[in-house]
Order: sequence, then structure tokens, then C-alpha cells
Amino acid sequence: MATKTDKTSSLDDVVAELRDGMTIGIGGWGTRRKPMALVRAIARSNVKDLTVVAYGGADIGLLCAAGKVKRAYYGFVSLDAAPFYDPWFAKARTSGAIEAREMDEGMVKCGLEAAAARLPFLPIRAGLGSAVLDFWEGELKTVESPYADADGRTQTLIAMPALKLDAAFVHLDIADAHGNAAYTGVDPYFDDLFLAAADRRYLEADQVVSTEELVNSVARERLLINRMNVDRVVHTPNGAHFTFAGGYGRDGAFMKHYAASAADDASWSAFRTRFLDVDEATYQTEVSKWQAEQEEAK
Amino acid sequence: MSTAETTSADITRAEYCVTACADIFTGAGEIMASPMATTPLIGARLARLTTEPDLLITDGEALILADTPAVGKSGPVEGWMPFRRVFDVVASGRRHVVMGANQIDRYGNQNLSAFGPLQQPTRQMFGVRGAPGNTINHPTSYWVGNHTARVFPTQVDIVSGVGFDKVDERNPAFDDLNIHRVVTNLGVFDFSGPGHTMRALSLHPGVTAEQVAENTGFPVADLESAPETAAPTAEQLQIIREVLDPKSLRDREVRS
Repeated sequence: MATKTDKTSSLDDVVAELRDGMTIGIGGWGTRRKPMALVRAIARSNVKDLTVVAYGGADIGLLCAAGKVKRAYYGFVSLDAAPFYDPWFAKARTSGAIEAREMDEGMVKCGLEAAAARLPFLPIRAGLGSAVLDFWEGELKTVESPYADADGRTQTLIAMPALKLDAAFVHLDIADAHGNAAYTGVDPYFDDLFLAAADRRYLEADQVVSTEELVNSVARERLLINRMNVDRVVHTPNGAHFTFAGGYGRDGAFMKHYAASAADDASWSAFRTRFLDVDEATYQTEVSKWQAEQEEAK
Repeated sequence: MSTAETTSADITRAEYCVTACADIFTGAGEIMASPMATTPLIGARLARLTTEPDLLITDGEALILADTPAVGKSGPVEGWMPFRRVFDVVASGRRHVVMGANQIDRYGNQNLSAFGPLQQPTRQMFGVRGAPGNTINHPTSYWVGNHTARVFPTQVDIVSGVGFDKVDERNPAFDDLNIHRVVTNLGVFDFSGPGHTMRALSLHPGVTAEQVAENTGFPVADLESAPETAAPTAEQLQIIREVLDPKSLRDREVRS
């Protein structure tokens, strides 16, 4: 009997499909439900010259630290809690290492919606009169309405181009092997839009269960992702660490350790050796050990 | 402490700032109040508990609060407002945001993105965030806890929040731009000066016109004639001190 495709994959399976120069979208928001296991895998890989589209947090920071980012499209980059500004994104910007296509937060949503609907652009008011047009260096244009307003004047709006992605990476709390998935926290963020805007769609999840268990474990409205928009499913318990997901909070202490480690070469080298130049299982083990060390030090 | 015995001398600078932030929402009606710092958050909740009961407020995450809890507290919920629906509210215009600012110029252009050149800044902050969309779509005010000439320069490095000199009168897409107020630790301002420039509405007690002029990188309209900021009422003081901010978190944000 024919069966639905089992999309269960390893992080290595995903990395093997990456190509230099790809445009990738990363789901979540700031330091909220980011697909950090996938981000760590990309940071460890040999891929380079990436264009990244995101509501940015430590995901962009880690990719900048690894020298993977050539260009970034983002509404903001924030750690959401002290020290707020990501140190590696800041270094990449102040050294001029990346091309910034900064935009209003609403423009990110708009561009993903255009790509999801296979439209070349969608009109939006946000961006007019601001420095966003300067950031885009001629790439961002306006569009005039064919319909005049009641007073005879005509609206000219930002023509937000589709943010078409070669690949999208998202983290959901619970999924099945076919790519159906649900969020259990308070906000879906924009993960369905990132997947809908992409050619290749990668989902990591804290739990991978049977379809029956998935649909019985959450309210129907939480089934944000269906299998049409997923190519691979990776089981990554605690994969969103040190951002938060539905089942666990943000690891604020570890996030501060990450940010403080960016201060000089020696401390970053130590952080990198222990937490980044290792596979995901070792990362999780080392994080647990680090947390125990912090407890002992108290 | 009985608030009935409070004299004006006991009223702190932070309490003037809170009530000035509450007054930002006077007449706002049934819209979403989105304060982005502690002082305007207390102000929005104060407005909701006094003159503006129909304001919508959230927990800062994704829930619309039914009641008006103290700063840092949550409570019963009346609705859901995840981030993507916030952008729908922004586009609808039914919102008044109070943002912070690293820089504000005399026309109300604001920067919270970065300092220095766009593609190689000298200091990186958040990026433009929702500032372009907020300012072009609905009323926007600013809160500045430390009013200095660095925060109020002649020109901002990066225009995140759009100011009045960017408005194209021929384009109706700019019609809703409304930089309503700037509340600082020194006073209350708007942009009703000549050519939509920054104007002093009031200075907090103890603040002089000279002090504001020294700490602002451009001339402020009506500075010499600005009255003193109205004192909080006894009811407002009781709500601030006993209900909304019993731990006085407001004092941490206000340079006095």
C-alpha cells in the first residue's frame, strides 16, 4: 500500500542540500522560537555568501560570527532581553561586512506574503518617507494606485517586492514525520509564511509524533503548518535553545554568556570550541553541563 | 501614606512624566495603546483607569488585557494579539504608539536604528523596527527619559520614524502621519511650531527654558512662554503610587 512520504531527516541531510549564495529565511522572532539547531548546523557547514531574511536575533548573530552572511533583509535584530543588541550582528555592520536591506517590520510580512502568493510585489504604506528606501539602494520602488482617492489625489505606495526564498528554516514545538506541525506557545510568529515563500522547506521540532498524537495534543487552530509546505522534518529536542519555544523559556543566562563571549578573541574561541564546533548532541550536553556549573557557582 | 495629605512639593519628576504620558492618550478612544517603555506604560494604564477606559492594552507579548494591572503584572485577558495581527492594527490606523528614540530632530524625524553611515554604522542599535510603519499609519509619540542635545540633534543619522518635513502633500499615503507628543524628563512638546517644528507645551516644575535650550540641538518654539506642566491630581497620584507602580520603577527611567 502506498504511504505518505516520511520526511524525517538529520541535520546533516539538511546541510547537504545547502548551496553557496542561497537566500534563506529563518522563522521565529528575535530570540523567540528560532530554529537554532538548524542555524548551528548552517554555521558549522562549509556554505558561504548567504542572503538571510529574518526577524533577527541570535540566529543572524551566530551566522555573522561564522562569516556566512553576505546580505541581510530584516525588520530588526534584537535579543529581546539584556543586552538587547546582538554583538555579532553589530560587528558585521560596523565593519561593513554585510549589505543591509533594513526595512519596517511590517514590510517583512508583506514581502513574504507576496512570495507566498507568487506576486511580484504588494503595496504597503510603511517605508514611505523613511531611510528604508536609502538602505535598499534603488532595489525598492514605489507604485502609484490606478484608482484616485475621493479628493482626486492618487496614492503612491511602497511596492514591496516578493521575498522569494531558496530555503526556509523554522522551529515548531510538535510535528509528525510528514511535516504537519503545531505551535504550543502564545504566538505563531510568521513561520507558515516563511515556508510558503520558499522552494525548500526545513522544519525542526522538539517532538516528532504520530499524526494522530499531534492532532489530539493541540487545538485545531494551532496546526499552523501542513505537509504541502515542508520538505524535511528534523527531530531536535530543545532545538530552539537559547531562544524560547512553547515547551521551555529563553535561557537568559546562556544568552548573556553568548553575548559576553563576543567581547574578545579568547572568550569567543572558548565559546566556539565548546558550543559551536560540535554536533547538536554535544551542544545540548555541554549546555546542560554549563547550566550545572552556573548552579554550583551560585 | 494618605494621598489626601500629599502636597505639590512631594510630587516627583517621574510622576509629572507619567501623567504627561497619560495625557498623550486623552481623547484617543477605542484604539490600541502601545507604550514601549515603563513610564509611558504606566501613563497608558493611568489613562485607562481614569479618562480613557476603552483603550486596548496588551501584555507586551500576544495577549490583550481585560483589566489594568500594575507594571510588570499580568491579569485577565480579553483577546489575542500575536505579532502578525499587530501589523494589521498598524495598517488600520487604530493605534497610538509611544516609542523611545536615540535621536529626534526638530521636525520629528526619529532614529532607533544605528549611528553613522547606513551600510557601515559606527554603532548598531535595533534597526528601524516598526518605526516607519507606525509613523506613516497612526498617531506616534515619543518618550525620552534623559533630554540631551545628543538625543535632539539638528539632524538624525537614520530616519526610522518619519518626521513632518518628509510629508508629500500630493500623496494621500502621508495623510495619517501624526507625531503627537514628545514627553521628556524636562517637559512636554509637540510639533505645532512654525512649519511643523518642535514646540514646548509645558516644562516640568523646576525646569527652566535655558535648561531645555542648552539640552536641545535646535531652537524650540514657544520655549520662553511655556507654562508649568499640570500637577497630577490626587486620584492620579494614588493610582500611580498604590495601584500601578508601587515599587516606583518609574524613577529608574527618569533623569532628574
